[in-house]
Amino acid sequence: MAAKTLNINGKQVSADEGATILEAAIEAGIKIPTLCHLDGVYDAGACRLCLVEVTGVNKLLSACTTRIAEGMEVHTDTEQLRKYRRMTLELLFAERNHTCSACVSNGHCELQALAWQNGMDHVRYDYCFPRWSVDASHPRYGLDHNRCILCTRCVRVCWHIEGAGTKNVAGRGAKSFIIDDLAQPWGDSETCTSCGKCVIACPTGALFTRGSTVAEMERDPSKLAFIVNARERKQWVV
Amino acid sequence: MGKRIVIDPVTRIEGHAKISIFLDDAGHVTDAEFHVVEFRGFEKFCEGRPYGEMPSITARICGICPVSHLLASARAGDAIMAVAIPPAADKLRRLMNLGQIVQSHALSFFHLSAPDFILGWNAPQATRNVFGLIAADPTLARAGIRLRQFGQEIIEALGGRKIHPAWAVPGGVRSGITDQGRARIRERLPEAFATAESALRLFWKALDENREEALIFGNFSSLFMGMVTADGTWEHHGGNLRFVDSAGSVVADQIDPARYRDYIAESVQEASYLKTPYFKSLGLPNGIYRVGPLARLNICERMGVPRADAEYRAFRQMSRGSVTSSFLYHHARLIEILAALEYIERAIEDPELSTKHLRADAGVNALRGVGASEAPRGTLFHDYTVDPSGLLKSVNLIVATGHNNLAMNRTVAQIARHYVQGDDIPEAVLNRIEHGIRCYDPCLSCSTHAAGMMPMKVTLVGPGGRILREVTRG
Ligand code: SF4
Ligand code: FES
Repeated sequence: MAAKTLNINGKQVSADEGATILEAAIEAGIKIPTLCHLDGVYDAGACRLCLVEVTGVNKLLSACTTRIAEGMEVHTDTEQLRKYRRMTLELLFAERNHTCSACVSNGHCELQALAWQNGMDHVRYDYCFPRWSVDASHPRYGLDHNRCILCTRCVRVCWHIEGAGTKNVAGRGAKSFIIDDLAQPWGDSETCTSCGKCVIACPTGALFTRGSTVAEMERDPSKLAFIVNARERKQWVV
Repeated sequence: MGKRIVIDPVTRIEGHAKISIFLDDAGHVTDAEFHVVEFRGFEKFCEGRPYGEMPSITARICGICPVSHLLASARAGDAIMAVAIPPAADKLRRLMNLGQIVQSHALSFFHLSAPDFILGWNAPQATRNVFGLIAADPTLARAGIRLRQFGQEIIEALGGRKIHPAWAVPGGVRSGITDQGRARIRERLPEAFATAESALRLFWKALDENREEALIFGNFSSLFMGMVTADGTWEHHGGNLRFVDSAGSVVADQIDPARYRDYIAESVQEASYLKTPYFKSLGLPNGIYRVGPLARLNICERMGVPRADAEYRAFRQMSRGSVTSSFLYHHARLIEILAALEYIERAIEDPELSTKHLRADAGVNALRGVGASEAPRGTLFHDYTVDPSGLLKSVNLIVATGHNNLAMNRTVAQIARHYVQGDDIPEAVLNRIEHGIRCYDPCLSCSTHAAGMMPMKVTLVGPGGRILREVTRG
């Protein structure tokens, strides 16, 4: 595959043709904040945290879904980007009821960590306090819609790693929500294999192992990339 | 129809005292009302949440006694799982509760009440607080602060954090105690005992100097409620309930806390956001009962540990039946500190505390769970109902300050009747009213007093509801 050269934050970088800006940046050791990106599955561009500036393009682009081009000039850490990232994070917090202090993922949450890293010390928007429920019908796992940021990581791993196709998104805009099969209680799903990959994939406390109490959910999403790599490179003897 | 005096919420969201004092035409006090303006949204917004979250949510009801809510909530969770928790977990929870009793009682006595004893009723507001105490008696103040720290250290050794430890969970606890943790507690025990003893000496001196206050600071007959062990010994966690009357007779005994509703009814009073519980079969107003240190000592037959038992005998000798003056909450509190220290001394030598098996695992096996624990201020109930997947359908909490609501009302009325004449309330009388409330160590005083005085608003109400005078401070 032909390599392409581009410039990220003043640094000359080369990456395989077809790579995304995010992949090129990671390879060059440049950190771009991400939330909906998950190693092992395709990108959806859902969270808008990885926005970057590309010279000559008059809108911001998501690094996880934009392919590199020869001579591209990318900026990942400008005043404007920092401002938008904070805003995006604040909007995510304001949209649902996250309540970190009582959350199963407190201290191990990607959303919380990003807020912290990006200097979000308060939320300037009014909280929406929507009325979302908790689905605790599955014998092992639970889904708390209050803490879902609609990143769709769970949906992507369910379809493309496990191949069960249980999880989906229903509704529109801020009222979208994660469903199981035909929007039935998770425990009634006929396709769910109870593999738990969605729980491992979730960046917040939305998906959790039942019985876990505050700050107890620790997950290792790199396991998912490990499974995919092993499968694609045929590292398993069949 | 009489006149009225008000002590009202002034600053702070959590816990304000608002007091109305009613006067008749002749300017005599006919009655008083003490209203607690306390935020009580918890019961509502917990609905729909998984029950396993409750220990950490409810621990945030109070920054001073999060441990009590944590333990009561975890117990309610045990009941929903219908499990017996591992014995080591139970011992560790008990140890944490003892640490909580020590730290909370030390705060109540040294930081909040001792300034009144040492500096006197007429001392100006600006100095009649823990800072004034530090200036007047630095050794005592320092010892008190260190005793409180000791209690907090126990909590920290177990929960990993002084405030809001998310440690007790339905089914048990999340971690045990380390050898270092034990060693630290062991090391500091002698100093803690010495402080408790010196506090007792201070109390006796204060009692001597305040004979009059002891007779009118909430001295009336009522029932007393708390936990005892199967043989009637003092208990702070996991016991059964006992009710005793002023004469000292047992009215109800060995009641499983899960059946509290058979014995306690709750009425909601217009003047207060707090629910007013009473002993069901006696109705209101006769069903008034008190909880907390004074009640626990009145209902039990012994403390079960030698040093506290020696002091307990002196406490019992103050009255033939139950000890009815709320001024003696202070004494009871100090005896409980002593007992807690002795129980801690025993507990930390128990090898079982280091076992690994600390948490039972189970799903939802009962749709209702009641958890009770003796909080420093009195019996705390958490009562949950859940759906089959463990989401809360209803939550009822009865907190110590609620149980004591009626008694606090009566105490204020008694003090007002004695000291208030006409529509004037001198500073020294306000101070006494404040102290009368503080005998119960209600949440509102602890959350607001450490840095100064209790924010309160006293309204003197005359005949026909005419407001004669309002005194606000805080
Ligand atoms: S449940 Fe978790 S993984 Fe799924 S969309 Fe919501 S936040 Fe993302
Ligand atoms: S990581 Fe690129 S949009 Fe979410």
